[in-house]
Amino acid sequence: MLKRYIENFKKFRPLLTELVERDIKIKYRKSVLGVLWTLLNPLLMMVILAIVFSNLFKFDIENYPVYILSGQVIYNFFNESTTSAMSSIINNASLLKKVYIPKYMFVISRILSSIINMLASHCALLIVMIVMGCEMHWTMILFPIPAALLIVFCLGIGLILATLTVKFRDIMHLYGVFTTGLMYLTPVIYAMSLLPGWLSKIVMINPVTNYLMMYRDVMLNGCCFTLSGFFLGLAESAAALIIGLVLFAKKQDTFILNI
Amino acid sequence: MSDQLMVKVDNVSMQFSLPSEKVNSLKEYMIKAIKRQMHYEEFWALNNVSFEVRAGEAVGLIGLNGSGKSTMLKIVAGVMKPTKGSVQVFGSMAPLIELGAGFDFDLTARENVFLNGAILGHSRADMEQYYDDIVSFSELDRFMDSEVKNFSSGMISRLAFAIATIGQPQILIVDEVLSVGDFRFQQKCEERIRKMLDGGTTLLFVSHSIEQVKMLCDKVVWLEHGNMRAFGDAAVYCDEYANQ
Repeated sequence: MLKRYIENFKKFRPLLTELVERDIKIKYRKSVLGVLWTLLNPLLMMVILAIVFSNLFKFDIENYPVYILSGQVIYNFFNESTTSAMSSIINNASLLKKVYIPKYMFVISRILSSIINMLASHCALLIVMIVMGCEMHWTMILFPIPAALLIVFCLGIGLILATLTVKFRDIMHLYGVFTTGLMYLTPVIYAMSLLPGWLSKIVMINPVTNYLMMYRDVMLNGCCFTLSGFFLGLAESAAALIIGLVLFAKKQDTFILNI
Repeated sequence: MSDQLMVKVDNVSMQFSLPSEKVNSLKEYMIKAIKRQMHYEEFWALNNVSFEVRAGEAVGLIGLNGSGKSTMLKIVAGVMKPTKGSVQVFGSMAPLIELGAGFDFDLTARENVFLNGAILGHSRADMEQYYDDIVSFSELDRFMDSEVKNFSSGMISRLAFAIATIGQPQILIVDEVLSVGDFRFQQKCEERIRKMLDGGTTLLFVSHSIEQVKMLCDKVVWLEHGNMRAFGDAAVYCDEYANQ
């Protein structure tokens, strides 16, 4: 059984490359700067947020632009990957009705496209850090660990959302509101130390907060993430993935009847 | 070799539940569920259909509109899972169910060749090998770098047919696609299918043109309202079907 799955995956692996390539090609076709936009976009967003929040609210955070940008790298990935994975099945309805393709391919391809964007914003962060003369820490090489945990977490959530959305389209509308709300429950633009105790507890429940703190630890603070943070992140991503896989596997044969 | 089993359809039934009204949102679902108003009409598109296809055979599916032909092919192709029964397919399969289904209209024809190939499970290296053949068969040399959205429907069908029929698949599934393009291209398609049959490809074929079925197939599966009315020699049942 498992062998059949693996063989099937191997047969369709080239499709992943093609789908990701298509996403990127379509996104930047006929734009003058092309793929450069993946780098420019987070930079411009950072400039705006940095100007607004350092003048308006006067947050006292060292290297505030870098702080914001690092928050965006993580939160935008979470937002973009789960949102696009959510609609991956229904957007490809016409194809799924006519050809046999392992359905998870579409979810994975959307996650992969988002990973490329995350890597671009990660590079943007490095550039800004160099320009602003931030200290470069050796712990930076550990960044793939929080990134990988977050990717697995988003894959799990993406599978869950994709499955639910096939049956209930409402989720698409609701989720946009939800992620906007969740952004304020993630320390993207503010520091944890500013929060009153009860609020910081709520913010800590948000799984994305933990991944973001791990990422900032290795990128900005020059220290390794805490072991408890690591295991919490591991448990949360494993749980999301398992629930996602089970739900998706159980429901995937009924997709065709509802799309 | 010749009596090797290629497709085994075993007691396949397919049920669709048609809600009397389609419920598409959570709110509606909740309201209906609470009021216990979820009415489903059961609809059996296929009822206990069984047949076997052996290597080298060409089997046609005939029947009126809504008799379950396309559902049957989709189940064989793996697009749908049957409610009851099982389908086993032994060998590589090329489905020509709806041409151009996998095209992205914003990509160029060249890019679509590789995308569509990947959808059918071919690697990039495979596709590069077949690329020239695809271009020459579809007669689109000059247009390979234009976006597919600018293509005419005939050009799209030609390209799609050329991609779907590369190589020598062991099983070819054809659903009503030979009616594409002008008559010259139709002939070309038929020729290509015939060549595959001569090379030992097994064919599953759906068409409303009983002439085409008679010409290409040795056996037919005759479906009527989801039930199998007959399974056997093409010449005999095609005449009976045409004369009913």
